[in-house]
Amino acid sequence: MATAVYEERLERMWQSRPGVLGWLMTTDHKRIGLLYFWTTLVLFAAGGAEALIMRTQLAQPNQHVVGPSTYDQLFTMHGITMIFFFIIPMTTGAFGNYLLPLMLGARDMAFPRMNALSYWVFLASGIFIYTSLFLGIAPNAGWFDYVPLANSTFDPGHAIDFYGLGIIFNGISSSLTAANFIVTILKMRAPGMSFNRMPLFCFAFLAASWGLLFALPSLTADTIFLFLDRNVGTHFFDVAKGGSVLLWQHLFWIFGHPEVYILIVPAFGIATEIIPAFTQRRVVAFPLVAVAELLVVFIGFGVWAHHMFATGMPTVTVVFFAAATAVVVIPSTIQVFAWCMTFVTGNARFKTPLLFIAGFIFMFVAGGLTGIMFLAVPFDQQVTDTYFIVAHFHYIIFGAAVFPIFGGMYFWFPKVTGKLYFELPGQISFWIIFVGTNLLFFPMHIVGLEGMTRRVYTYPAGLGWGPSNLAETIGAYITTVGIVVLLGNLVVSYIRGLPAGPDPWHGATLEWTIPSPPPEYNFAVIPKVSSAYANWDHADRMEDRRKLAESVMVLEEGHEQPVSSPVDGWWAEIVEMPHDSPWPILLALAMALVFVLLLVHLWAGAVFGLSAVALALLGWHGEEPQEA
Amino acid sequence: MVTTRGAKRRRGLAAAALLLPCALAGCGGSQNALAPHSHPATDIANLFWVMMAVAFGGLALVTGLLVLAWFRRGRRGVTADTDPDDPHPGEKPSLFVVVGMGVVFPLAVVAALFIVSNGAIINVTQAPAASSTDLTVQAIGHQWYWEFRYPGTKAVTADELHIPVGTRVNLVAKTADVIHSFWVPELNRKIDTIPRQENRILLYANKPGVYRGQCAEYCGLQHAHMGMLVFAEPKAQFEAWLKRQSRPAATSGTPLEQRGRRVFENGPCASCHTIRGTTASGYVGPDLTHLASRTTLGGVTIPNRPDYLARWIVDSQHFKPGNEMPDLQLSHTQLRALVAYLGSLK
Repeated sequence: MATAVYEERLERMWQSRPGVLGWLMTTDHKRIGLLYFWTTLVLFAAGGAEALIMRTQLAQPNQHVVGPSTYDQLFTMHGITMIFFFIIPMTTGAFGNYLLPLMLGARDMAFPRMNALSYWVFLASGIFIYTSLFLGIAPNAGWFDYVPLANSTFDPGHAIDFYGLGIIFNGISSSLTAANFIVTILKMRAPGMSFNRMPLFCFAFLAASWGLLFALPSLTADTIFLFLDRNVGTHFFDVAKGGSVLLWQHLFWIFGHPEVYILIVPAFGIATEIIPAFTQRRVVAFPLVAVAELLVVFIGFGVWAHHMFATGMPTVTVVFFAAATAVVVIPSTIQVFAWCMTFVTGNARFKTPLLFIAGFIFMFVAGGLTGIMFLAVPFDQQVTDTYFIVAHFHYIIFGAAVFPIFGGMYFWFPKVTGKLYFELPGQISFWIIFVGTNLLFFPMHIVGLEGMTRRVYTYPAGLGWGPSNLAETIGAYITTVGIVVLLGNLVVSYIRGLPAGPDPWHGATLEWTIPSPPPEYNFAVIPKVSSAYANWDHADRMEDRRKLAESVMVLEEGHEQPVSSPVDGWWAEIVEMPHDSPWPILLALAMALVFVLLLVHLWAGAVFGLSAVALALLGWHGEEPQEA
Repeated sequence: MVTTRGAKRRRGLAAAALLLPCALAGCGGSQNALAPHSHPATDIANLFWVMMAVAFGGLALVTGLLVLAWFRRGRRGVTADTDPDDPHPGEKPSLFVVVGMGVVFPLAVVAALFIVSNGAIINVTQAPAASSTDLTVQAIGHQWYWEFRYPGTKAVTADELHIPVGTRVNLVAKTADVIHSFWVPELNRKIDTIPRQENRILLYANKPGVYRGQCAEYCGLQHAHMGMLVFAEPKAQFEAWLKRQSRPAATSGTPLEQRGRRVFENGPCASCHTIRGTTASGYVGPDLTHLASRTTLGGVTIPNRPDYLARWIVDSQHFKPGNEMPDLQLSHTQLRALVAYLGSLK
């Protein structure tokens, strides 16, 4: 009886405004997660369409579906989109935002308004960079944008400035998200959730967030240098004036390689939640896996130059980075065998999410094994910049990042929507995608070894590359069909699915202890946590219910949330959380104004834009906490 | 009647052939890293086969574990919360697998691979000591063709590199503009051309033949049409070729060829191309002094035949859209003379 009263009071306290305004001003991590989800899905469709056009062009030798100028924009935008505008915002933005507070037993992120700002900046940067494509002047120097090809001599016009400014703009969003996640994971855990009781999902997002925070400055510096070289006349990359073109590559890959782990480690996190739920067993070697998730990102910072083995670096440098590449293998093999042994020793139920995770393990191992080959420097120097490398990183990025994303979409669908998805079409969608992606990416190994270089808009007949390319194109269309089936299944399930209840899988973590979809305050009572698999600790859950009835740890007096000590998760204090706010979206708009003005070289206007940014920040900090 | 129709058909076929890609039209050479024709490329290919075998073993192992889980699915009594005596069944043996297969075994494999490849094989693929080579060739990347120079001689050519067979060649890779990458997979690994940097690799062919290569670093619009051919020839044949290439272009010729030369020297051609021995000394496009000795045109895009050459001169943008050469407005007689002249530059 009392329970309902407290829940109603919490509901009143935490709910967002109704209607569109509620979405524009929301600071609710779940709403922001959903905004990220829909936005990245649209951008995924754009990146996918770009890939399909390219595959159609390459289906046969000497085709003329698109010309070289369009093709160059397509592959550049495909890379930028899938990395910066799909996978990172999908894993961190959508999955991380929605799920982290739920798994940590928190009511929101540490900085809710900053979280909203991340989203609006992300959206604005996406619109910013896609404007270039609609204007027909999209970036065209590849996603790693090597100079001198990308300097103003060889690429005049605005294409590369769209790239540089768009990347910096997007980086602001990612940095904010990363900082927010780190503080959330370290400080907002439910009291009692010491580090060793934290779900592996959270370890993965912690690792990826540290990675983002330390890797992005290098890219930001790089793109700022490029912008200055192109527009102000500096000489960072101008060899004629003592600059260095390899400086660009080093700074880029100091970001670019950790980036690979930033893409896949959150996906590992998704896998480490799906596996226990569908094997009804905690992940084998839990501490090793947790350490491996952190280590892989850390060591990932020491291998960047293996992207540059063909640039003529001294042998001793090359061999050093090859050795680092060898070491980075180990955290990954630890995780692979821990996952596999959990499958074997548990009671595996091969439902759609677990199928996607099994598929992910297969793809990740296949891509990882070709990755190990690159520590053999002579072999790397032979196949780098060919389709062999394209095959390798698509096995990693599609196989190891996108497969878990798909699995996660099915897995948490009941939690987010309150409905069950349809299992048979789900499994069918998995098999179509699995067959399609292997047909799409496996022949790329062969054609790469046969000498086909990457980033060519066409290729001659007579070198034997036709059949493989045709198979790849067919695979691309099959994959597309699979993705359409997957999304269609989720849409139909949303309309017609059966009610899911709070915990359809007997999942392991805290999000399964609360109703589906979760109430806006997430947890009516701040949950008790005594292991990383909190939902399986029945005594604790009973205690939560008792506490709610007695109004212990409910915190319904205000917009409140407990804060814990970073390592041991001891109760530290109760903080008042910000409510809905118009300032995040306004600040993002002001920032967008600055970037547009920089793009068109209105320097004075950009200064004016900066004052708009300052005003928005003033408004932000002047905001009073809302009265309960 | 019959002959006319036959001639028409032949013309039609010839026109269709003009649209054909190079390799179909017979430009020659293959570009397969697994069909090596030198010591370094053979080492790399063999290394790959071994790595591939081990990799398939690893993939089979992991797939086997997943399949095993499939067969063990649906067992009873293995849930985390139903058996308090053994809440984590199989944890200990699993730990052995994780440490053994996840740490010890991969460390051993990776260490072995590291030693074999980066201790041994790397010595054959790294830049050779200049003293160990018998000939130096410069490969200079341009948007979008390869220029080849033979230091010590006046020979300059494009897209087609000749080397003596069985000879260690010191290849110096440079660029005139952006980063390219010199790559002839059947002879050796690739090497990037970096502005203001001289990178080197060993080029060696152990039997005569034509080996295709291609720019491997994305370098702009026509990166796809930046091919090259390496002709490995017996030493005597190579030396004769080099001697011919070092000479300036012949100045005598038929009246038609002489007219063609005037078209070249006085028209737009000379502002971008050099023909040694004439007043044409442009440097935007390739040196054409011995154009007729080449088998292909435009970065191994089309065969070097009079019909293709004529079409290239007036419509190179058709074959290689975005390349630096404008479509030239020449009268029919000018074009005929020009093609005759260029065809005489043996």
